[in-house]
Amino acid sequence: MSIEINGIRKTFPSTGSGQPAFVALDDVSLSIPSGQLTALLGPSGGGKSTLLRIIAGLETADEGTVLIEGNEATHLPPQKRNVGFVFQHYAAFKHMSVARNVAFGLEIRRRGAQRPPWTPGGRAARERIDGRVEELLELVHLSQFAHRLPSQLSGGQRQRMALARALAVEPSVLLLDEPFGALDAKVRKELREWLRRLHDEVSVTTVFVTHDQEEALEVADEIVVINEGRVEQVGTPDELYDAPTSDFVMGFLGPVTSLDGRLVRPHDIDIDLSGAVPGSVAGEVVRQLRVGFEVRLTVRPAAPGDDVTVVLTRAHARELGLEPGSRVWLTTNPAVRALEGVAAG
Amino acid sequence: MTTALVPRIPAPGSAPGPGAVGRPARRRRAARPGALGAASGLGLGVALLWFSLLVLVPLAMVVATAGSEGWSGFAGTLTSSQTLSAVELTVAQAVMVTLLNVVVGTAIAWVLVRDRFWGRRVLDVVIDIPFALPTIVAGLVLLALYGPDGPLGVDVANTRAAVFLALAFVTLPFVVRTVQPVLEELDADVEEAAASLGAGRLTVFRRIVLPALVPAITAGAALSFARGISEYGSLVLLSGNLPNRTEVASVRVLTFIENGDTTSAAAVATLLLLVALAVIVLLDVLQRRVARRG
Amino acid sequence: MASTASAGRLREPTAVRWLLRLVAVGYVVLLVVWPVSLVVRYTFADGLTALHSAFTDPLVTHALQLTAMVSLLAVAVNLVFGVGISLLLVRTQFPGKRVLSALVDLPMSVSPVVVGLALLLVYNPRTGLFGRGLDAHGIQVVFATPGMVMATAFVALPLVVREVVPVLEEIGDDQEQAARSLGANAVQTFRRITLPGIKWAVVYGVVLSLARSLGEFGAVKVVSGNVMGQTQTATLVVEQKYQNFDQSTAYAAAFLLALASVVCIVVVSVLRPSESRES
Repeated sequence: MSIEINGIRKTFPSTGSGQPAFVALDDVSLSIPSGQLTALLGPSGGGKSTLLRIIAGLETADEGTVLIEGNEATHLPPQKRNVGFVFQHYAAFKHMSVARNVAFGLEIRRRGAQRPPWTPGGRAARERIDGRVEELLELVHLSQFAHRLPSQLSGGQRQRMALARALAVEPSVLLLDEPFGALDAKVRKELREWLRRLHDEVSVTTVFVTHDQEEALEVADEIVVINEGRVEQVGTPDELYDAPTSDFVMGFLGPVTSLDGRLVRPHDIDIDLSGAVPGSVAGEVVRQLRVGFEVRLTVRPAAPGDDVTVVLTRAHARELGLEPGSRVWLTTNPAVRALEGVAAG
Repeated sequence: MTTALVPRIPAPGSAPGPGAVGRPARRRRAARPGALGAASGLGLGVALLWFSLLVLVPLAMVVATAGSEGWSGFAGTLTSSQTLSAVELTVAQAVMVTLLNVVVGTAIAWVLVRDRFWGRRVLDVVIDIPFALPTIVAGLVLLALYGPDGPLGVDVANTRAAVFLALAFVTLPFVVRTVQPVLEELDADVEEAAASLGAGRLTVFRRIVLPALVPAITAGAALSFARGISEYGSLVLLSGNLPNRTEVASVRVLTFIENGDTTSAAAVATLLLLVALAVIVLLDVLQRRVARRG
Repeated sequence: MASTASAGRLREPTAVRWLLRLVAVGYVVLLVVWPVSLVVRYTFADGLTALHSAFTDPLVTHALQLTAMVSLLAVAVNLVFGVGISLLLVRTQFPGKRVLSALVDLPMSVSPVVVGLALLLVYNPRTGLFGRGLDAHGIQVVFATPGMVMATAFVALPLVVREVVPVLEEIGDDQEQAARSLGANAVQTFRRITLPGIKWAVVYGVVLSLARSLGEFGAVKVVSGNVMGQTQTATLVVEQKYQNFDQSTAYAAAFLLALASVVCIVVVSVLRPSESRES
């Protein structure tokens, strides 16, 4: 296992301006597998960024241990942990060119980079560094920007530079803190795919923090759901989506609606017009909204209860010929498990 | 909480306004300046008229008077022995004080921004005292501790050290106040990034923090130098104004005025003015440089 | 997004931190705090007698009155023109704006003696460019109050502008545009929208101008002729008394001036955070 976290506890003390003490992480234990892309998913303020920073050494835990590649790292400063860290707002070295940014980690290490460039040792080191920088810039498709300043790059380009910079020192672990949070929706989607492809190529153990469940589902090999300082569930995207172990996980990973006292996914609800299916719930379509290729229906059940949201494909909806006021019967697709016994909100 | 007594170089990342003056302005929306309407045209005319009558014409007159005896007269005045030593003394002391300020001023700004201790806010206000205090009072104040009856037993009255001391006093706030806002706006992210890449504290300071501070330090140094060479009031009582020993350029100008020799006074004054202008230009260039980087 | 104090793990080593504190605090104490406190001590060395004799000395009282009048006039002038110039610099566009903006800062870097000389050359009654004409009409500028007001206004000129300009830039002209679209004319917009927005900046600028004006020495010395009992301001009287070996009066007058200027910066410093808490 690449990263082992045991019993981590972190509390932020109350501040002078009236903020009470806040428990960020409460007895968190986790194993992050090597070579995989793991997502720490959860709502803002849930503790995932704090956990990531503790792994990096940028925060210290009050209790607990961190092992990186089998080595005790709990009290190591960030400089010694050999982790690459990518920040939400890029943290670009504004006064250095893109190439110098990427070269930074290499330049400060004692690999002859400290020797002056006119000595043979110094020159060889410089060439080594330049070569590696070129390689990395090509990897992230920024070769033509090597001598620009970060301020001349777009947000997405800056983040790619930040990734190249972090990878330059060949870290054993790559940590990304909401890496695409500061970018527009379109760029975010592009970079998501790109990160996945990059990981497939470079395959260094990667952990990234996000509050966007779509991102986690799309990119990660394994997802760790963290809420209010505790781990809710760990699993593959499919496992978490199809077999959530709690209301919270189900609600966070995807849309939910309640039918007949159970939590179900809106697209797992079947519409029946005959009324003959046993166990089906009768109701009336109150609202029909088309969003892109899906159609969302709000159905008011005949028995008192919350409105149910049903999602269908456009084709299916057209087939059924529904409109506001239509009488329908709702059943869940028996092949899909729904959460028993817990009434929704 | 710092008073804007000193023009600031905008921190990288915040856009400076159309004027070259002021604290870093975080513009949430671009305020497009309007074209000149009738009312603002009139206002501009009045403002320019007043500015000319008060500043531009008088300063131009100084330059004109300096040149009234031609280049040879001008050069002659400046190179005459007493004037030359006054100018040399002024420049040398101003340079040394500026170097001191660069180091100590940055240290003070660091402590004010990055440290927490009891009395920090008091320190912050005290820094502005040399700026707000009347210069003649500054001289008196320094005489109290470093003059003939001072409790430390140190007496610098009528020595060159007095000039250094007075200049150090009046220029104290400049580097501190230009560096402070830039330090405040430095992202912790960037330092953490450097640390995660393996940089130790000193490397982070040397390669990441200091380069970000250099424009602000330079601006503060320029202001400190300009103030240093123009200082008058604090030196009157403290340095004794001994010719060829502790006489500074501004005292020389006053002596010329009192003797009715306005041409020579204007010659030395023009020299000082040129330095002031150079400082202004430098500050403007720096602001633009930094804005590009941000 | 900017966070200040060092992040948890990245503080400098304790030894360095204490060294910096020592240098910073030590330097300021030796240079500013101790000398100033000594002046306060000397002023009150004989209880209130020094202050009392200062207040009963006609030279001093005249000087204090003159200083007050000259400063207030200079501050008033700088207030009006300072706000006007700020508006022009931020809200309008004209050729040479950048030059004007840079020149506004000029008085901060010019030697006060040069300021005095400059005004002298233009406004002296015998050979001055304008002074000749003004003298013919019986208007005396140099060696009289108008000249002193001008000299004081000159040196304090940038202070209001430098406070108001950043605030004007920051608040943007959206609200003013909204007011115009609702039918307000320029004066109404200024009075009801702009002015409240820059209210605090104007206050700081005025207080700082006042401190600067009270303390002006070199420029006023040249322009006023330093005539005892007539054109001597408080700063000039301090010099006069000290050079006449009347040290206690000199210290008393110096103390009053120091007190006034320190009060000004303390007021600004105290007001500033509370204002930002409100907004």
